Amino acid sequence: MSNGTSKTSKISRRSALLGMGAGAGALAAAGVLPGTMGFAQAQSSAPIKIGFQKHATGIGAAYGRWYGATTDAAVKRINDAGGINGRPVEVVVEDDGTDPGRGAEVLEKFANQHNCDVAFGTLFSHVVIGSAPRAGELKLPYFVVSEGHHVASGMLNRYTLQPGITDVKSQVISMAPFVANNLGKKVTMIYPDFAFGHDHRDFFSEAIAAQGGEVVAKIAIPPTETSFTRYFPSIPRETEVIYHVMVGPAVLTFVKELGEFFGPNRPELFGFIDSLEAVDIKSSGLEFLEGTYFWEGMPRYAQADQADYEKDYRAAVGVDENGASIADSKDVATYAHMFGCWETLNIIKAGMESADYQGPQDRAKLIEAVEAMTDMPAGADHPQGAKRFNGKTHQTFGSQYISKVTDGKLVVEHTASIEDGLYEDEVDYTAQSF
Amino acid sequence: MTDNSKSNLMHIGVLVVLFALFFILPVYHAGNMSRIMVLAVYAMGFNLLFGYTGLLSLGHAMFFAAGMYGFGLTTNLGGLPVPLAFGFGVICAGVLALVVGFLALRTIGVAFMIVTLMFAQTAYLVVLYFGTYTRGDEGFVIQQAQRSIAGIDLTSETGRYFTALLIFGICFLLIARLVQTPFGKTLVAIRENEERTRMLGYDSHRHKLKILVISGLFSGVAGATYALLFGYVGATFATVQYSIFPLVWVLLGGAGTTIGPLIGVFFMFYLINISSGFTDAYMLVVGVVLVLLTLFAPHGLAGLLRKKVLTWLP
Amino acid sequence: MDFGPHLMLASLEGAVISAILVLTAMGLSIVFGVMRVVNVAHGEFYMLGAVLTWFITSIVGGHPAIGFVAAIVVAPLLVGCLAAGADRLILKRVNYDPDRTIVATIGMLYIIQQTTLMTFGPEARPVEAPFNTRLSLPWFEWGENGFAMIWPWGLSTTSYKLFVIAAAAMVLVALWLVLTRTKVGLLMRATQQDSETAQAFGVPVGKVYSWVFGLGAGLAALGAVLVVPIQQAHYLMGHDPLLLAFIVVIIGGLGSLPGTVIAAILIGMSDGIISVFFSPTLAKIIATFLVAMVLVFRPQGLLGKIAR
Repeated sequence: MSNGTSKTSKISRRSALLGMGAGAGALAAAGVLPGTMGFAQAQSSAPIKIGFQKHATGIGAAYGRWYGATTDAAVKRINDAGGINGRPVEVVVEDDGTDPGRGAEVLEKFANQHNCDVAFGTLFSHVVIGSAPRAGELKLPYFVVSEGHHVASGMLNRYTLQPGITDVKSQVISMAPFVANNLGKKVTMIYPDFAFGHDHRDFFSEAIAAQGGEVVAKIAIPPTETSFTRYFPSIPRETEVIYHVMVGPAVLTFVKELGEFFGPNRPELFGFIDSLEAVDIKSSGLEFLEGTYFWEGMPRYAQADQADYEKDYRAAVGVDENGASIADSKDVATYAHMFGCWETLNIIKAGMESADYQGPQDRAKLIEAVEAMTDMPAGADHPQGAKRFNGKTHQTFGSQYISKVTDGKLVVEHTASIEDGLYEDEVDYTAQSF
Repeated sequence: MTDNSKSNLMHIGVLVVLFALFFILPVYHAGNMSRIMVLAVYAMGFNLLFGYTGLLSLGHAMFFAAGMYGFGLTTNLGGLPVPLAFGFGVICAGVLALVVGFLALRTIGVAFMIVTLMFAQTAYLVVLYFGTYTRGDEGFVIQQAQRSIAGIDLTSETGRYFTALLIFGICFLLIARLVQTPFGKTLVAIRENEERTRMLGYDSHRHKLKILVISGLFSGVAGATYALLFGYVGATFATVQYSIFPLVWVLLGGAGTTIGPLIGVFFMFYLINISSGFTDAYMLVVGVVLVLLTLFAPHGLAGLLRKKVLTWLP
Repeated sequence: MDFGPHLMLASLEGAVISAILVLTAMGLSIVFGVMRVVNVAHGEFYMLGAVLTWFITSIVGGHPAIGFVAAIVVAPLLVGCLAAGADRLILKRVNYDPDRTIVATIGMLYIIQQTTLMTFGPEARPVEAPFNTRLSLPWFEWGENGFAMIWPWGLSTTSYKLFVIAAAAMVLVALWLVLTRTKVGLLMRATQQDSETAQAFGVPVGKVYSWVFGLGAGLAALGAVLVVPIQQAHYLMGHDPLLLAFIVVIIGGLGSLPGTVIAAILIGMSDGIISVFFSPTLAKIIATFLVAMVLVFRPQGLLGKIAR
């Protein structure tokens, strides 16, 4: 396969050189051409190739595994229903090692080696930000599933979109009213001392102030920390609610030590499920979480009023009603995030069909088709709930869930609406040229 | 032909081959080569200190990052034009190397390894601490529009490749020359026997400080170039991992040879790239290859070449 | 929290960190001291200890204490054997050349990590502590009513954490006895001081190296068995302990076991105590920098001999 393509590429590059006197711009165009030509020659029944940038190794591997399972399930469903524009979908997986440098290399491989139509699936923000500039230069549509605010902040480019998962700014803003009205107005925040944590700090501080509350202390935990107790004494006595969000392999230690620190008399706790993603809430030492609250992107435990489409989704991705793998009840999924892969793939399908996508020459048309999307109803394509996509900021907005730990299970207590999480546009990507 | 002219010929030859490769290679591999050349500059900088002088630093990521952030922050926040910002980044790395050298060169051997490691760790944490400007681990993007010099777009495949080649070429020739000078010879003498070199009247401390600064400068050039060509600045590049990489590259390629770093980077890059194509367990393959290489190519790949074929290799 | 109780809590936490660190660093120190090689895979032996503990406790079942006791015996033993095997198979063949050993052990690091990822998986997995009671701690204050005992908010530790400190101390004493009072220890010390002379006097240096390498890895694994009920087993968990242990060994003074102990306590405690005064990341910056400066002004380490 690669042999044939590389031959075409040599010829076209040489002729471009001779013909145009090696203008820099012309060569850049030629750089993209070989892939285009290789594909145009292919029959229209050739598969649509989606490059999946997977965190198979490195710090994101636990998420990567579930993102992989969800992607496989979603692609199977799309193919069973006849593929995209009648063409089957093929996923090309490359491991980025959860490293931004490698991430950018992988995008080049998708565009120039595998001749992928689009790239997709990145979770960790630093990998997204490290890869996105290359996506823009390679003119490769890059659909991320990261929940970072990087897309909507305007930092990236027209080729990078986040249509399948709500960003952190929206999530955080939509939590503030519930926290202020039900849990308390004096909040201490505990978050990791890197950009993801700073987003929580900044957006929540602002949002809680708007609700008449205040953040009384901000405790930023250095990354790669493995023990936490010595930071807890900085929690002021007046604290009514602790807002916590941690990521990485040490999350369980963090939550356990929080429980050990407070013992029987704790303030209210409100956490982002990131603090316990892929961790069994019934693990020993977590009993104190009973009666505390969590943000969930999508409810881990099957709720009493579970919709049929959500039940089907759960079965398709191989997760039982407790949010663990059907094969192993101790293997807990990253259920609050992985739906983003499923929904993003369905959006890619919808976008390609409405743009009548034929091959890489239609990439810009695909982006425009996705930018034109607005409301997406809840259903089999969007099992997490309805979404509203903002074509200008390339960011989607959806409902958020607040669950209370009741009898060792997360039970949804409040659903924040899409409107609760809207904020003013910070960028208009449609004004950028392709 | 003397060994010296053979070696000159080889250095020019390498550059000619790299020049030609752009027109021969498929676009994907040409893209990889531009990355490899930038990282090779980093490895060459490291090699000056480790391969030629015998000083093993485990903190070179801080110099790479200094170049990267010095360049990235001044273009992004300060709006400085690319050449000025680039120069500033390189100077940042040099100044940092001077300060680090002043302190760390009081130590030798393993203590030097640890001191540089810890200074680099401090530098990494400082990047996170000033997250307001650096965006911490996430890092930031240098927009495509900002990445051009004198109207030449550095984000095109051509612009990128030839910028990388130009910078690599300059560094490659500079280093090839440097190691032939009396200064360079003295460094090797220090590596072989510092005590004796000192007795012969050389100020070994001064030499070590000088080469540390030079090594830092090259690393800074690599960091700034990486940010310029690939548009991203992030704290990952300041982690220990990125201090270990040049060590592995240099040892694999051949420590104390001018061509070794390039070979090492090339080898590692394609080892990972190719093995990840046919197995998920590519790290296992990398691990096994590393072990085998230490067993069968004790002086790296260039060392192997020097022993078997090219005995004159510098 | 008031300053006094805060400091006490931070010191207690520091003591736990020190206890684990002392075991991991001791393993590295012995290897370093006797064999003069940098073992980059040391952190992976630590990780293997934790991962094996998870496997063993899952297989054994029953009360968590049974599995834990089994793990404390079996895990270090298995890891030690594995390391000794790796020494025979690889390190011996590169003649313990410093540079080549670094690359070879980096290769081993990749192999161990990837194998663990494929078998154990990418998740962080918890191991239940054999016992774990929260102990509230009192604080004494000279208040309006004279001397009084109060129970400040949050001032507490757990019985398991205290056990870790005690266990580490016991292992240290045992190790000291082995090194000073047994023939094995004598052989090791002889090899450390001068391996060539030792060889000439009939010490089986090659065997001693294998034993030492195994013992070092076993100690790292033992530290991990103790820590895993507090933290979780994860395939990348070896990274930080490697760096810290490495730092401890050099700060303590190469080849000086008492120096290693002092340095571990110093670094563990300073990490805890400095965090009382500064914001967390700033505290880490300061702690890291200060420790580096110790070495700048005392290049041979705290108890090390002047450069060889």
